[in-house]
Amino acid sequence: MLPKHLRRLEAESIEIMRDVVAEFERPVMLYSIGKDSSVMLHIAIKAFYPAKLPFPLLHIDTTWKFREMISFRDATAKRLGLDLIVHINKEGIARGINPIDSGSALHTQVMKTDALKQALDLHGFDAAFGGARRDEERSRAKERILSFRSAGHVWDPRNQRPELWSLFNTRIRQGETMRVFAMSNWTELDVWEYIMLEKIPVVPLYFAKRRPTLRRNGATIMIDDERLPLNCGETPEMRMIRFRTLGCYPLSGAIESDAMAIEDIVAEMQTATVSERQGRLIDVDEAASMEKKKREGYF
Amino acid sequence: MFVKPATEAVPARTKDQLRFITCGSVDDGKSTLIGRLLHDSKMIYHDQLMVLERDSIKHGSAGNDIDFALLVDGLEAEREQGITIDVAYRFFTTPRRSFMVADTPGHEQYTRNMATGASHAQLAIILIDARKGVMVQTRRHSFICSLLGIRHVVLAVNKIDLVAYNKECFDRITRDYLAFAVGLGFTSIVPIPISARYGDNVVDRSAHANWYEGPCLLEHLETIDIPSGTAGQAFRFPVQWVNRPNPDFRGYAGTVASGRISAGDEIVVAASGRTTRIKRIVTHDGDLVGAEAGYAVTITLEDEIDIGRGDILSRPDDRPKVADQFAAYVIWMDEEPLAPGRNYVLRIGSQTIIGSITVIRHRIDVNTCEHLAAGMLSLNEIAFCDVATAMPAVFDPYDLNRKTGSFIFIDRYTNRTVGAGMIAFPLRRDNNIVRQALSVDRRERAALKNQKPCVIWFTGLSGAGKTTIANLVDQKLCGMSRHTMLLDGDTLRHGLNADLGFSETDRVENIRRVGEVAKLMADSGLIVICSFISPSRAERDRVRGLVGKEEFIEVFVDTPIEECVRRDPKGLYSKVKSGQIKNFTGIDSCYEAPTTPEIHLRTMEQTLEHSAEAVVDVLMARINS
Repeated sequence: MLPKHLRRLEAESIEIMRDVVAEFERPVMLYSIGKDSSVMLHIAIKAFYPAKLPFPLLHIDTTWKFREMISFRDATAKRLGLDLIVHINKEGIARGINPIDSGSALHTQVMKTDALKQALDLHGFDAAFGGARRDEERSRAKERILSFRSAGHVWDPRNQRPELWSLFNTRIRQGETMRVFAMSNWTELDVWEYIMLEKIPVVPLYFAKRRPTLRRNGATIMIDDERLPLNCGETPEMRMIRFRTLGCYPLSGAIESDAMAIEDIVAEMQTATVSERQGRLIDVDEAASMEKKKREGYF
Repeated sequence: MFVKPATEAVPARTKDQLRFITCGSVDDGKSTLIGRLLHDSKMIYHDQLMVLERDSIKHGSAGNDIDFALLVDGLEAEREQGITIDVAYRFFTTPRRSFMVADTPGHEQYTRNMATGASHAQLAIILIDARKGVMVQTRRHSFICSLLGIRHVVLAVNKIDLVAYNKECFDRITRDYLAFAVGLGFTSIVPIPISARYGDNVVDRSAHANWYEGPCLLEHLETIDIPSGTAGQAFRFPVQWVNRPNPDFRGYAGTVASGRISAGDEIVVAASGRTTRIKRIVTHDGDLVGAEAGYAVTITLEDEIDIGRGDILSRPDDRPKVADQFAAYVIWMDEEPLAPGRNYVLRIGSQTIIGSITVIRHRIDVNTCEHLAAGMLSLNEIAFCDVATAMPAVFDPYDLNRKTGSFIFIDRYTNRTVGAGMIAFPLRRDNNIVRQALSVDRRERAALKNQKPCVIWFTGLSGAGKTTIANLVDQKLCGMSRHTMLLDGDTLRHGLNADLGFSETDRVENIRRVGEVAKLMADSGLIVICSFISPSRAERDRVRGLVGKEEFIEVFVDTPIEECVRRDPKGLYSKVKSGQIKNFTGIDSCYEAPTTPEIHLRTMEQTLEHSAEAVVDVLMARINS
């Protein structure tokens, strides 16, 4: 039996998902393979049981995800019999966009934000579930659970629909879409406690292990394949590390940790002194940078 | 009135969440208080603190100290202007409880944001500047919290350091507040002297205000007992989604809004009056014996009865209200004012219904609680109104049930959420009339006549040719052995509507009665042909909503006004000309042409015969499909 606060959060997320499925024509769940996506997927399966998931999953593949993420994704889709769509921005590939030469900002814009918009338009999805939480970052703290996007996927933070009680305004016109953050009110700790109690599989990269790494710009980067060029003076080193958030491997900072089981992670979380976004190299430019990216359509 | 906090520690299994709102104006130190709570409860991480220190130098207003307000004022514009303009949600956890804080602005022009935050909260922290005491804004904040159903208040007398930790000052403010809050229905009011900037009595006890013997703020938030209460109330289960994975399973997915239920219990579908029993309570983790408020489950029933999204299941002896008119408190949230009579989309639980405000009984001044007369409602104004819906709505008074007593208004054209409402009570005398399910239903009646019922609604100017075409349609259908009935304006005005004139309200009532009669006739299995000028789009849409769009065909008989005047079959236009008739549609009263009628007949371009055939063709296609 879950503790009260987790039961409440789970029920709240289920209620949101059911509402969206009842009201929208073509919902989709954005699946990033991370811990939040794993929880979101687990809750969705509960929400619609005994029916199968009434929507497909969409993964935006930047081609720079950790290899373990991709194998976990494919194994999960197979294990649960999911309808999984993988989308890659071919145009970006053709232009040779990558996180190392193009820089993190351009890579993220082209391979994540643009790719996501392409995929939503291509399939005509009118609502997209995302696993973002309000505690992650301060521009998220003000975002609605049902977050309206005008045609072109633009978010206008100053003109959001008021959201009272659990009465969601699901009405949109042709070309407009909704992003749905069913886990808005979860915290990072809630997510880990829930994973522990519900025994939800997650990518092994969340657990500490000796892995080949580099120190770069103050961050610890894991060498996941041969595409990461060594700068002058850099030497690969084996370190006991794990990740708090996962993304493109050259942009994900690891933390040194001995937490090899979920119980250890929860214990580590309770004494953590840095936020989970600290490891994300795409956020560091300026505190408000996430708001800028979100307005342009980033999840 | 005061609550003495319990002190025993809470076991992890029963750890729960408290959702609260902070109310205060810009200078009351609200954001600073939240920043302080997060910081002192060790919820601010190192890297966030570093960003904060950097931002404090750039934007801060706390001199060389860290400006905690910057932690919570998220959006760029707010940091630049130094104010909070939206609702932000913050989270923190202590070993005893987890917390969600709705941080909302306090200015009068942000009443809608505050109401939004309050709709998610169980408790309110009302901040008062110790130097200023109870102010107009304190009253406003308290009134809105009370209206939104918050029953527990912390009166945080902030900046106590700036009055030298003076006890008399604190006591006076407490006395003033208690005197004013008497009528607001709060169950607990706990006054605490604090300094958000220096942390006195926020997380740790103040060393300076040692005369204060009550709990510090965090301790109070951790220990206050707010019974969710809803599990002990009447059972309500709004159906969100019908789960039908295969022909053998039909479940109703939803979250128990209040009360509890067990497998085998008898339930009733409030709107239709049908009863049956709960067969199973299905979840992914296995079937449950019973479910209570807050459980998201899927229910299966013993009998196959017609249930869809928006239906509410309850126990037969304790049903929700079913009515198409009710009184409600309404908060307006849009720049475009609320106009009585205008139709909006109402979302009441999982029901979506067209409705309008018929009367604004009075507006309430949020600063003084005074009742004022009002013809319309502007942004951030609150009023007590009568609401009418096109279909009966199922609800409870908001006081008894926040889940089934709340609703929002959505503009039908812009899709914006333009207002929020809290239902007070159903109108009309049929309070005690429980809808009885009839044992012969409309399908059986129609089947006897070997046809599908339908309402064909002719609208257009006087003299456009409505009744002539309607007559032809009627003849054709009779020739095809269809069972029909023709209703027209003149005939009904001689009988059922003899008491009505041509004023705006009488016209609305005229069409309402016709709609009801047409619906009853359609229910009896007839094809009902209606011929009415019906100039108001809203009224026609209301009939469409009443009948159901599958069985409603709107026919726009489109004849230019010049041609109608030329024909003048009843001599009415010449009477208008000579001043004997006033408020005549098309002349000195507006006709709102349908924007998307099922059939658009341009009488200048086609013969009456062709027009009638076109109508019959559409009808046949509809009822044979």
